[in-house]
Amino acid sequence: MEHSKVIRKKDLTILERMYIPEIVKGMRLTIAQMFRPKFTIQYPENKFTPSASFRGRPVLVEENGTERCVACGLCSRVCPSLAIEVQAAETKDEKERYPEKFEINMLRCIFCGFCEEVCPEEAIIMSQEYELAFSNQKDALFGKAKLLVPIEKVQGRLDFLRAHR
Amino acid sequence: MDIIEPLVKIILVVIVNLTVVAYLVLVERRVSAFIQNRIGPNRVGPGGLFQPVADIVKLFLKEDIVPKAANKFVHSLAPIISLVVAMTTFAVIPFGNTIHLFGRDIKLMIADVNVGILYLLALSSLGVYGITLSGWSSNNKYSLLGGLRSSAQMISYELSMGLAIIGVLMIAGTLQLNKIVESQAHGMWYFWRSPISFITFVIASFAETNRLPFDLPEAEPELVGGYHTEYSGMKFGLFFLAEYANMITASAVITTLYLGGWQLPFAGHLGFSDLTVSLLQVAAFAVKVGLVLLFFILIRWTIPRFRYDQLMNIGWKVMLPLSLANILITGLYFVLR
Repeated sequence: MEHSKVIRKKDLTILERMYIPEIVKGMRLTIAQMFRPKFTIQYPENKFTPSASFRGRPVLVEENGTERCVACGLCSRVCPSLAIEVQAAETKDEKERYPEKFEINMLRCIFCGFCEEVCPEEAIIMSQEYELAFSNQKDALFGKAKLLVPIEKVQGRLDFLRAHR
Repeated sequence: MDIIEPLVKIILVVIVNLTVVAYLVLVERRVSAFIQNRIGPNRVGPGGLFQPVADIVKLFLKEDIVPKAANKFVHSLAPIISLVVAMTTFAVIPFGNTIHLFGRDIKLMIADVNVGILYLLALSSLGVYGITLSGWSSNNKYSLLGGLRSSAQMISYELSMGLAIIGVLMIAGTLQLNKIVESQAHGMWYFWRSPISFITFVIASFAETNRLPFDLPEAEPELVGGYHTEYSGMKFGLFFLAEYANMITASAVITTLYLGGWQLPFAGHLGFSDLTVSLLQVAAFAVKVGLVLLFFILIRWTIPRFRYDQLMNIGWKVMLPLSLANILITGLYFVLR
């Protein structure tokens, strides 16, 4: 095997080639780093608060005691992993349609945000929640009870969407 | 009656050694975390102090997988060889001065053989077997390569290690480790009396223990896992422990030969009782070994690893001539004095 010549911009001095002063310089940096502040967030005592652009779990917006959703089925159609199931029914309110059954399978949800993007009513949005542990498959099917969230809680995300869409 | 004393010493040394090995893993994880601006494991017990217990329990409960085409006997034997060799080296290391207890002189070392250094070198040569056998018996190309590379590396650096020690031997005039430590009294430690030998020996120790920057044989990006790829459960735990036990052994040898062992230059003048002075000296030994271990850990997280050809290059073309030159210089010094 032909040993290729190493090309250096300038030749190293004998002290540099011994490599030991470089190691000492390196160790000075390493030891100095030990006394700088740490970046670890000690969960669960301190929790990470995400910014407004964070896509947490999808939630249904509740305004004046009822959901904004009109059960058009667009979110269900656009979901890439087929996680949303919507069953429409008639209602006497002005909006005329409402979801009789609205279910998101959190095991299929990939938190992409397409449902939020396509919704014409701003009825489903990605919240800031990321703590979603459940221990059996039945608990993973989130119905309307788990999905409805009053509008005050998600105003931050709604403002962000208006500002940046 | 004479068997009780060595037996007690052996049990004490083995227990302390295993405990220190387990906690060294935790210390390494914490120190490396601090260097990387993060906190290491601190959940299990106060400050993470029970983490080694959790690790060991986990390893015991894991399934022990042996590859179908592997040589079962050798596969199980290799980690045992590694750990046993690493721990047996402690038999000749002096922990402290001779103390007077229960009306008898007790030497604080398990076996005061008069060829102590030869015993150390012989055992470090045996350590190669553990790695070679594990690499070969796994029936896995990567493990074989890792095992062979590691054995070649260890054998090459053993030469410079042995030759470097000769420099110390010439000054001390004896192979007995106890007497070598005694000859380093009053601050006449060998690390400044024989600096080339010190540097060569420390670098060779890094290579012997397969520690960065010489850890190519077990580096994960290079060889999957090297010689311990096919090991799981407690066998892997034994390899892991053996690596850290080797580190402790190397640190203890460096301390004994170059950093004055248990010598504490000002201890005798403080007017304490003999027993207290001896205990202080044992503590001094422990602190010195701890500092060398810290050095091992810091170096691992500071410098990049050597490529294998660079490694062998250094071993044969730099370390060996350096050790020989050291012997020449020491010899000349004695002749011309």
